[in-house]
Amino acid sequence: MKKMMMLVLGLFMVMSVGFSANAKTITVGLDADPVSLDIHVQLSGGMLQLSHWCFDPLVRWTKEMTFEPRLATSWERINEYRMRFHLRKGVKFHSGNTFTAKDVKWTFDRMRNSVDYKGLIEPFVGVAIIDDYTVDIVTAKPYALLLNMATYFFAMDSAFYTGMDENGQPKDAIVKIGPSFALNNASGTGPFIVTSREHGVKVVFERFKDYWDTKSPGNVEKMILTPIKEDATRVAALLSGDVDFITPVPPQDFKRIESDPNVKLVTCNGGRIITLQMNQERRPEFKDVRVRQAMVYAINNAGIVSKIMKGTATVAAQQGPEGYAGYKPELTPRYDLAKAKALMKEAGLENGFECTMIAPNNRYVNDEKIAEAAVQMLAKINIKVNLKTMPKAQYWDEFDAKVADIQMIGWHSDTEDSGNFTEFLMMCADKATGYGQYNSGLYCNKKVDELALAAQSEVDLVKRADLLKEIEQILYDEAAFIPFHWQNHSYAGKKALGIAPVINSMNFPYFGDLVVE
Amino acid sequence: MFAFIIRRITQAVFVMLIISMVGFAIKNKIGDPVRDLVGERVTADERALIRDRLGLNDSFAVQYVRFLGNVAKGDLGQSFFYKKPALDVIVGKAPATLELVFGAALIIVLVSMPLGVYTALKPRSFMSRFVMGFSTLGVSMPVFLTAIMLIYIFGVNLHWLPSYGRGETVDLFGNGWWYTGFLTTDGLMHLILPCISLASIMLPLFIRLIRSEMMEVLETEYIKYAWAKGLSPMRIWLVHAFKNTLLPVVTVFGVQIGIMFAFTILTETVFQWQGMGYMFLEAVERSDISLLIAYLIVVGSVFVMVNTLVDILYGFINPTVRIAGRK
Repeated sequence: MKKMMMLVLGLFMVMSVGFSANAKTITVGLDADPVSLDIHVQLSGGMLQLSHWCFDPLVRWTKEMTFEPRLATSWERINEYRMRFHLRKGVKFHSGNTFTAKDVKWTFDRMRNSVDYKGLIEPFVGVAIIDDYTVDIVTAKPYALLLNMATYFFAMDSAFYTGMDENGQPKDAIVKIGPSFALNNASGTGPFIVTSREHGVKVVFERFKDYWDTKSPGNVEKMILTPIKEDATRVAALLSGDVDFITPVPPQDFKRIESDPNVKLVTCNGGRIITLQMNQERRPEFKDVRVRQAMVYAINNAGIVSKIMKGTATVAAQQGPEGYAGYKPELTPRYDLAKAKALMKEAGLENGFECTMIAPNNRYVNDEKIAEAAVQMLAKINIKVNLKTMPKAQYWDEFDAKVADIQMIGWHSDTEDSGNFTEFLMMCADKATGYGQYNSGLYCNKKVDELALAAQSEVDLVKRADLLKEIEQILYDEAAFIPFHWQNHSYAGKKALGIAPVINSMNFPYFGDLVVE
Repeated sequence: MFAFIIRRITQAVFVMLIISMVGFAIKNKIGDPVRDLVGERVTADERALIRDRLGLNDSFAVQYVRFLGNVAKGDLGQSFFYKKPALDVIVGKAPATLELVFGAALIIVLVSMPLGVYTALKPRSFMSRFVMGFSTLGVSMPVFLTAIMLIYIFGVNLHWLPSYGRGETVDLFGNGWWYTGFLTTDGLMHLILPCISLASIMLPLFIRLIRSEMMEVLETEYIKYAWAKGLSPMRIWLVHAFKNTLLPVVTVFGVQIGIMFAFTILTETVFQWQGMGYMFLEAVERSDISLLIAYLIVVGSVFVMVNTLVDILYGFINPTVRIAGRK
């Protein structure tokens, strides 16, 4: 029996040696695979990652948060409403078609038809073709974030997506549910072509032979993406050598990965802020600025970062992280329990009160644990919080219905700019304008609204930054929300992978430029 | 007899209607599928429009009647996530689950029989005590823990076996219906750990069952008679005793296989095995309600069909069943 066992195990060992991967083929384990090959069907992190692998934007963010020319080689401001982009020549789509200005315009017009993108591109009037390799992007108002937005202008192959598919549906149709041409077919200018795809199981990417960026050091010929949703399984898959790269890495496994000589862990600052909003209409106590301040003072967010997040987050005291226009270094985290108690006493609430809170349990890294920690911390100033956590599928409806006094929300700015946080989370909630769409605390300060609107059309970047900093200061002083931290992005991979140069705070790993030794 | 069959079938249809209604009743409690389809920037009005287009804003009765009409035409709806007919998704995922259950059943049969017989014959030996002790441990360990332990030992530390997924599969019939992992080395390697995990829940139960049945049989008169007749021990144990032990074991085995399908949800999740159980759990998380309802209908109808068939067969075999039903 024992001999037999040894024999069988020995056999497996010999077999598993045969599986060492080809150096230029990588297997990537992510928590989810792209929902479609149609980049406009959904505006989400996962879809933008895909956009960077199979398509190219006009410009893209670098690791240092500067703009890098991609399909646009240079650009200049013509006037407050208009910016001219000079396009790269000799760029081929996967289909063999040549990239020209009409593809830029066509793709922009297509975004208009996407429910997800149309809100994002609202500031724009359109794209004007000057000649085959020059376009002007025109905005309705003076708009400072035009270049930030140009990172969303991926070029789709207009000729490829024109016409009717075999079901008699236009090839450019954006279909959320059900078959469409663009769901399974893509032609972009990007480094990879999807050669096979089984949704929820795997996607195979192969390098595009005629990729324009011949200077890219990337040498990955084939990339196999498999979604591994379970955290423990994803880490095990990397440690056992089944995959070469994983993201995200659960904080509880950082030590394990760092102690393994075959793999490495790379983290990168991210821009997603995790906050609590205090509903001032449900809870009159929250109208009192001293109560809100006391709550901020009571939350030991540095402790949460070190204990729960294992250091994989940056402690926050304002909305935008360092590097964003509105970042104000003077605003520091303010955990001080004695001060918190004093403020509660001043507000006449030293005996505290009871309130409710909701948080998701599968949306943000360790969201449930963070919420539980906050409950304990608030208990110290006699605020008894009844917490309810739920999966994200149920969470957002409850959030919108404002069912609890305190609600958790995380936010990543679409424009990588401070203004976006305020517009969605802190401006007075108004259905007509759409501002404050996720302001479930119903915090409303006319001054903040004024400043945020002024910042939108201020083209002078220095003046604009001052406006945004002023907003951060007001929100800080008024304790408009409880800040926790900015979530870091975490990646882990085999030693041979040059991960660090291709990652960035947007969480778009540029696999096209990945170097495998 | 004819009346009996008709009655059973009417009952089955009635049960199916109830299952579909329960499925429909819970679907609004699971969450809004539209949330999963759009980005965070999309406004409430836009979402309402999409819900309208999908018919999710209609009243319960309208949606239910429309659903029944579609089911009658063989259309169980479109999966929101896979963007394909829900039935196609379920049928496509079924082979993976069936192979997992088959592999686990194979392990159970191959391991529980010799061990069960051995522990019955030599109840006091060290080996028997070890097996029995181990089986107690096995019974009390949750399957996801077993699975994670196996992954860490054989996948992460020893690097002997792959830790997730199905590995390389081949098209069995050449028409894309059934991709099997049983025909490639890689596929077989991927099957080992999930099958062991799944088997680990039922295996101890069967060792114990076979052992106690066998011990009981060994005490019977005809075995004593066989000993007295001077038959060889092997013949007595395997032919006379073991054969009679098998009857109740086979009956229980049939029932437990069905239960094992339910346990695949945990095993498939830990190993990211692309089967029906994993699909079900994912669908709950994504509130892919049309897929969920289709799943309930498919699984429900399989169970109802099997039970109805068995009842009708019983009716044929045992007249008291159909007479009792007649009143």
